[in-house]
This record gives sequence, structure tokens and C-alpha cells, in this order.
Amino acid sequence: MPDPAIEFREVSFARPGRPRVLDAFSLTVEAGEVLALVGRSGAGKSTLLKLINRLIEPDGGAVIVEGRDTRAWDPIQLRRRVGYVLQEVGLFPHMTIGDNVAVVPQLERWPPERVTARVDELLDLVGLPPQQFVTRWPDELSGGQRQRVGVARALAADPPVLLMDEPFGALDPLTRVELHREFRRVQERLRKTVIIVTHDMGEAFALGDRVGVLEMGRLIANDRPAVVAASRDPHVRQMLDALPAVPR
Amino acid sequence: MQSSASLGAFIAFVSGHRAELGVLLMQHVVLVAIATACAVAIGVPLGVFAAKRPRLAAPAMAIAGVVQTIPSLAMFGFLLPVPLVGGVGARAALVVLILYGLLPIIRTTIAGLRGIDPAVREAGVAMGMTAKQLLRQVELPLALPSIVAGIRVAAVVGVGSATIAAAIGAGGLGEYIYRGLSMVDTTVILAGAVPAALLALAVDGALWWLERQLSARRRVRSRRAALAVAAAIAGVVLLSGVVSARRAGRGAVVVGSKNFTEQLVLGELLAQQMERNGIAVERRLNLGGTLICDRALLTGDIDVYVEYTGTALTAVFHQPIATDSSQVFSAVRDLYARTGRTLLPPLGFNNTFAILVRGTDARALSMRTIDDAARESPRWRAGFGYEFVERPDGYTGLARAYGLKFPGPPRVMDLTLTYRALAAGQVDLIAGDATAGLIKGLDLVQLDDTRHYFPPYDAAAVARADVVLRRPEVPAALEQLSGRISAADMRAMNYAADVEHRDIAVIVRDFLATR
Repeated sequence: MPDPAIEFREVSFARPGRPRVLDAFSLTVEAGEVLALVGRSGAGKSTLLKLINRLIEPDGGAVIVEGRDTRAWDPIQLRRRVGYVLQEVGLFPHMTIGDNVAVVPQLERWPPERVTARVDELLDLVGLPPQQFVTRWPDELSGGQRQRVGVARALAADPPVLLMDEPFGALDPLTRVELHREFRRVQERLRKTVIIVTHDMGEAFALGDRVGVLEMGRLIANDRPAVVAASRDPHVRQMLDALPAVPR
Repeated sequence: MQSSASLGAFIAFVSGHRAELGVLLMQHVVLVAIATACAVAIGVPLGVFAAKRPRLAAPAMAIAGVVQTIPSLAMFGFLLPVPLVGGVGARAALVVLILYGLLPIIRTTIAGLRGIDPAVREAGVAMGMTAKQLLRQVELPLALPSIVAGIRVAAVVGVGSATIAAAIGAGGLGEYIYRGLSMVDTTVILAGAVPAALLALAVDGALWWLERQLSARRRVRSRRAALAVAAAIAGVVLLSGVVSARRAGRGAVVVGSKNFTEQLVLGELLAQQMERNGIAVERRLNLGGTLICDRALLTGDIDVYVEYTGTALTAVFHQPIATDSSQVFSAVRDLYARTGRTLLPPLGFNNTFAILVRGTDARALSMRTIDDAARESPRWRAGFGYEFVERPDGYTGLARAYGLKFPGPPRVMDLTLTYRALAAGQVDLIAGDATAGLIKGLDLVQLDDTRHYFPPYDAAAVARADVVLRRPEVPAALEQLSGRISAADMRAMNYAADVEHRDIAVIVRDFLATR
């Protein structure tokens, strides 16, 4: 059996002078699956992601990525193998769309023709025709378009792992639904290991092969969407009840 | 004679001094360019360093802020005695200008870096940029418009501050401003002030353009082009500055002078006399007062200037006042010799202090001597230059010697302004130079010092002893001037400069041609 792509082993973490966010937290993510983590604000979702690409390090336990403790990874190498998409996107405003997508390939010193081809391929993949978008600037794009660029940029150097921190949180409902569809289409082709965090149970059900519910630094549910939907746990029920009454 | 400048006089002066104006403008630009470049080289890394360390940023900004509030003239004063960075000349001016430029650059660097969207920085880190890559590819480009705004402030402030630098012999357009102040000639002041203002506007406009080219929305390629253009211009300016400094620096004897007309004439006289004898000369005229010149001579910033024996005895060597001319000369020569300087033979005239009153008053009250003035003093106001109030052979002793009793304290102002204040009736008695051209020009009368209060002030060149020994052609050339300049000659040259507004270089050339 292959190694899991990502594994949390008894991880604890606290910001200095603040209560623990995670305490003896364990979680396994298999290669090629999409794990949707749901939780309220402050439940520790973003902390989990930052532990994976070593933006922070655990106080106790270990985070294993591709069979190796993150602390054994060169953080720069690790981050280039882990795509990261933020809610605020964080496109570089002084670079064109093309240059934004090309950042990691260029850091990796790919030859220019290969970079250009890759940028075109990725913009196509996220539904932004390259001939129209390569030379545009981030502030000329709509929120949905910017988020597509953010995804393309995260995928540029073909990382096996993709982390998405509330990627669609700032978008209007129609655009969100459209991007959910796009995401599933892309994932169908790429089969990346994806962890997507959201505070929206509906989004988790729409995107996840598996849904984890995070409450106070603990996983209170972690299963296929159908199983989680039938959960008896009062916290999980509470979150399910917050979903719109009309099913999608 | 006119004190308010007409446009015609201004244009005539500028076109008559095209070449000199060009040189001064170039000096000014080079001084500001080098200072700004150094301030960027120091300030941007400091700003980057401080931006990430809030505890350091606050005190760094505070120190830079305090430095900024020191008036530039005072800053030059502080630096005079400091070894290596101090003294007179372009080097000390550079240090001051760099200190002034640091604050805006550090501040805007910090502000630019702090203003970056945290999500953008986080994205960079999460994409696997090293700290250096993040700085070069993301943080600095995004902070660049802000940094350039700081450079713009530093450069424009620098153009202004650099005019002050002429006070310590760094050259530049301030030369005209000081020369104009000492000649009380608005046209000459404007010949320095107007180009300086235009230069400031041009620098401001050019850097504003650069700032816009660099704003975030521009293509990386056009940003690079803009930066390349700016760097190329800065490079050319710096290079030409270095080349001209090289050309001026080697083997040249540096002539200094104090900051009033007669001293400028004498400095030019020494310079031209040496040039006529094939000696390369660098002029650092207009250096402020006696103590600045003395200090500059000690440190080797200048090699020779003209001093007055009485001034040297009292102001430089703090000796009691003596009245015998030849005794004073030999005493001063010995004192100079002990400190590595050589006093050359007197030039021939005695520029004693002249107690001056208006010609109309002198005639109406039939005054001839300072005793006559003592009679009138309870109804009069006196006006003196700063030095005269402070000097041991100055006001206090004079008042005691003649029993002068003015109702109020004397008005203290720039020496060259006292002549005009007297003529305009703002004061009634001043202490001027016996050789001042304005005495004739403004119809002033010198009162006789019947009690021999003032010591002799025989003018003589004082040079660094090592220059005299190493370059015997220098004293040989200068000694040809000994005893050749009478008080009448000096007053005529001062008159030509102060009243007829003739160019000092031309006045001196004409004078030497008649010898």
C-alpha cells in the first residue's frame, strides 16, 4: 500500500500565549483524494494547511508529506511541491496574469518556451483563454477570474498536493457554483491530492471526496459526504441544519 | 547702483557668466546626485532591515527625524572639527546632504514595504520563494514607487541644502547666493537662486515621471526601461563628477578665502598670481569666517588664504592686542610657524576696522574722530557684524576706550548688511572694513582712531608650511605681490566689485595686468 500523501500524527500547535489550536490531532489524506475540511472561523482550518507547507511548525507530533516529516524537508522545496490557493488570492499586482502563473516555473528555472507553453496550458485549463489573458493585469479581472488565476498559479509547477484556503469564500453565489463545477472538471483530469478548507458545509459536500468536520481543533466527523450528512453528532447536526432548506 | 534686480540686469549677469554658471550648476548637480545615490545605497537597505523589525524601526526613524531638524548651517558647523568626514569642501557637504537624504528614503522604504498586502507576501512565501527572492521579485518592486517618492523628496531637499554647502567651499549654485549676499547684490543672489529653484523643479519632475513609470500597473519591461534610463542618467552625472574632481584635484594649490568681497578679491588675486606662474590652482573661496578658514588651513582642506595680522593675533591665537605693526607681524609669523603654517610678507595695505558714520551726519555735526562720535552716542544706534561683537579687539573694548554710551545694545547683523543699514538710517554707526568699496559708494565717512584702539590689520598670505617647502614656486609667486597692494588699490577693487558690480575675476586680471 502506498504512503498516504499527507499525514498528521498526534500534532499539537498553539500560537504563543494563546489556547491550543490543535491537540494530539491525527489525520490521513490519501494521494489523489479531495478532503474538504469544514469548521467555523477559528476552528484551526488554516493552521492545518500552514502546517503542511511548513509556514508554521508543530509544537508536538509530526506532519508527514510524501512520507517525510515537514521538518526534514527543505521548506523551499516543500512549498514548490505544494500548491497554495488563498481566499484573498494574493496575485502579484505588478505582474501580468501570465507572469503570475509563471512564478514557480521560473523559480524552478524552467526554459522559457516550456514556461510559456505551461502558462497557456494552465490558463486554458482554468477557462481563461490565454491569448486574451496572458498580458492582462490582476486589477483588470473580476473576483472569479482572479481566483481562477490563483488556481492556475498554484498548479503551475505541477505540484502533487494542492491546498485551498477558503478559495471561493469571497465570490458571489453564481460564480461559486460555476467554479465548483470547474474545480470538479479540473480535478477529474489532474487527480491531485487536495485539501480544501471552507466554513460552508454545502461547498464541502459539493467538492469533497471526503468531508472532515473540525470543531475546537478536533475532527468530529471524517467520512464520505453521505455518511457525514447522516451523522448524529450534535455539532455536525448543527452545521447541517445551517444549510439552506432547499437542496441543490 | 541698484539693490533691486531688474530682469535686464539678471539676464545680463547670467549671459555674462554663462561658463561659470555652467560649472557651478554642474557642481551642484553632481553634489546632489552623489549625495542622493549614497543616501539610497545606505537608506534602502536600512529601511528594508528596519521594516521587518518594528522595535528597530521606531528609534531609527526618530534619529533620522532629529538629524533632519538640525539646520544645515549648524550641521556644517558641527562637522567642521570632525576628522575624516568634517572640515570644509565637497566631502563635508556630501556627508551633510547624505544625512538629510536618509530620513525620507528610510521612511518611504519602510512605508512601502509595510503597505504591501499581507496576502501577496504570504502567497510569495507559500510558493516557495526564499527571503531574497521575495524581496527582489515581490517586496522591492511593490515598494519601489514609494521608495522613488522618498528619493524624490531627498533629491529636491538636497538641491536646496546644497546651496548652503557653498558656505564651506563645496561650490555649487550657493556660491552666487553667498557672493550676492556679501555684495548685497540681488542680481547675483538670483543668479544662484533661480537656477537652483529650476533645478529643484526639474529633479522633482523627472523623479515624478520615474515614480509613475514604476507604479504597479506598468509592465515589468517598461519598468525596467524606466529604471535603466534613470540609472544611466545618474551614472553619467556621477562619472562626469568624478572626472572633473580628478582633473581639479591633482597637484592643484587650494586657495581659500573668507566670505566677504575683499577676501574674494584677495583669494582670486592669489589664485591668478599663481596661475600666471604656471601653478595649477583650485579655488575654495567664500568659506565663512576667520575660524573656518584657519581650521581649513590646519586640516589641509585649503593651502593658502589671506589673513590680517591683528585678526590672527587676537582671534586665532588669543593674544592680547598690540599696536605696533611690525611687532604684531613678527609675533604672528612665529605663532603660525609653530603650528605648521608660514606667514608670507604683507601685501601692503592695512585693513583696520573703520568706524563709519553717514557722510551727511559727519558734515552736519562736523565729526572727524571716534571721540566726536562718543559725544553723539547717547542718541544713536550702533550696528555690528557678528565677529565685531565677539572679538577681543571688538565692540566692548572700543566702547570702553572711547566712552561710547549707546542707549540700546548694538544691532547685530551680517557684516555686509551693516553698510546698507547705515546708509538707510536704520543704524547710525557701524564698524566696517577700512578698505570697503561701499564706503565710497554709499557716501560713508571713516572716523579717525586717534587713541589707536585697533591693532594693525596688515593683510598677508598664510600658507601651509609643507606646501611652501615642497613647492617653492608657490611662495616665490606669492611674494611678488608683497607690498604691491595699497589701501587705495584695495578700496578701488572692492568698489569695482561691490558698487560697479564688475566680475571679480576680471577686476583682478585688470589689476595684475597693470603691475
